[in-house]
Amino acid sequence: MYSRAYKTLVSIPPLLWVGFFLLIPYALMFAHSFWLVQNGALVHHWNLSNFQKLLTNPLYAEVLFRTMRIASFVVLCSLLLGYPLAYYLSFHSGARKELLFQLVIVPLWVSYLVRGYAWKTILGSDGVLNGLLQYLHITHAPVGFFLYSPFAVILMLTHIYTPFVFLPIYASLEHIPRPLVEASHDLGAGPVSTFFRVVLPLSMPGLLAGATFAFVLSLGDFLAPLLVGGSSGTMIANIVQTLFGASYDWPLGAAISVCILLITISLLFLTERLEKRWSFK
Amino acid sequence: MSSLPIPQPILHDADAPLLELREVAKRFGSREVLKSISLNIAPGEFLTLLGESGSGKTTLLRLVAGFEQPSAGEIWMSGARLDKLPPYKRRVNTVFQSYALFPHLSVRDNVAYGLRVQGAPKNEIAARVGEAMNMVKMTEFAAARPSRLSGGQQQRVALARALVNRPQLLLLDEPLSALDANLRKEMQSELKSLQREIGIAFLLVTHDQEEAMALSDRIALLRDGALEQVASPREIYTHPATAYTAQFIGQTNLLRGEIRRSIATCGVLRWPLEDADSPALFSVRPEAIRISPDGKRQTHEVKFRGAIRQQIYSGASELLEVDCGSGQLLRVRLPARGPLTGEHDFVFSIADAIRVAD
Repeated sequence: MYSRAYKTLVSIPPLLWVGFFLLIPYALMFAHSFWLVQNGALVHHWNLSNFQKLLTNPLYAEVLFRTMRIASFVVLCSLLLGYPLAYYLSFHSGARKELLFQLVIVPLWVSYLVRGYAWKTILGSDGVLNGLLQYLHITHAPVGFFLYSPFAVILMLTHIYTPFVFLPIYASLEHIPRPLVEASHDLGAGPVSTFFRVVLPLSMPGLLAGATFAFVLSLGDFLAPLLVGGSSGTMIANIVQTLFGASYDWPLGAAISVCILLITISLLFLTERLEKRWSFK
Repeated sequence: MSSLPIPQPILHDADAPLLELREVAKRFGSREVLKSISLNIAPGEFLTLLGESGSGKTTLLRLVAGFEQPSAGEIWMSGARLDKLPPYKRRVNTVFQSYALFPHLSVRDNVAYGLRVQGAPKNEIAARVGEAMNMVKMTEFAAARPSRLSGGQQQRVALARALVNRPQLLLLDEPLSALDANLRKEMQSELKSLQREIGIAFLLVTHDQEEAMALSDRIALLRDGALEQVASPREIYTHPATAYTAQFIGQTNLLRGEIRRSIATCGVLRWPLEDADSPALFSVRPEAIRISPDGKRQTHEVKFRGAIRQQIYSGASELLEVDCGSGQLLRVRLPARGPLTGEHDFVFSIADAIRVAD
């Protein structure tokens, strides 16, 4: 058995980590959201004016809903891409499985910024996509809405987060005992019926985990809208960034962050409940 | 009335086989797992594929179920080609070694699965599922998830799930191997009476020769992907065709010798035998040998004198290891009778020395 002293010793690093990087920052953020800025200086006066502003100024709600809409589209698109990919790899790729798996993972090693600029290069007015369309005489002038639009943000975030959706789905598909699929065929269910009756329900925990990843990560993303979003693609994190930067209104920024945090926590709570409902170990 | 296709007796000879394997072979890459297997199963027959691991018995079962495709040969069922059909179009059902119960469905929904995917009417599903669960005595667990059940209970659900579809042939892949010894014995007798009751053909895969003996109408012994012998348990035990069969099923003494001028000679043992001169191998079961109380032998018997080297007691009987001179050891099984030492006269009937192929 381990001694008491040893147990205490090994628990110090994680406690420090959680304390310094989680509890203190969140406490600070929480406190700030109830303070305010007067004449360019932070006033430690407890009040609810930040939250009042959020509720009364429709701009914030509008951006927040746009952000959630974009995040939902990212979830939908990355599921539509990631699930079939994971299904194919897990069930039908045979000997190429390892190679294909690596190919899916490789983009994760490339810097987020590089991938962002790549999309800028592809989608811009003089970009690869417009060049191709004009070369093929499908369009005669550059199409403007490819770049600096919610569409571009969804495209880029989908590209970036599909591997995050793919991985948990793939893991849950790999954990489905293959005799279950054979048993389903044996009992008269064809491939489609087997998929919907056995494979999909048993991969629900992975699907939910992947969808949660994509949604939460998209919800807090500020680089994609900054790079390819333009003004119509601004998301809630951009507002927070501005409030903490140029506008110097940390309390309002903190209040928005608290709202996002609450949304995220309730979402995680919900998906955890759902995952429990779909797990049968 | 049922709207499901109920297995119709197809009009052909009454003694026509239900399942026919015609020179079925299976290769995985360069590995030849099955070599030209031809085998028939009669309607209502309990046939066991017996063999060591790697003998190809499970592969053969998977070919019939449709999870593997034969590399050569054909499989026919009730006069129709079976091996071209995908598994979900075959009227066979399988009880898997791991049971393969759907973990996200209740016991009732597991049993109803086959009828649901085939679109049976609701009231018929309810009736047949109830009947099937009653048959395996699992009615009280209808609402439970499979993970809550013991191995034996899961086994019963797997049986009910397969039988509810009324297959013409039930495939069982080592269904009892995961159960502990007592429960296995109990399930064996249940399985046998169930098969008699519903009268459909069972094809069982096992490596347990006792299980094969206890359950089967016929045993097909597989060795390295080829059929070694196909016969009833009695026949295969009393008249093993080969040395391998004799050793695999039960215990035996293999006596290597020769036949010359109508006398078989194996070491110190000699007996008259009308056959052409040649080297020969004989199997004599340990229980065919007994102690001759008066040291005499009948004309149809072989007598030898041997010293007891070892005695292993196993309740009803005991196994002796007898040295019959020049190091030739024979195993003798006697009804339990207390410790024995020294030299004794032993006899066995000439008819019990079964000539086997090498």
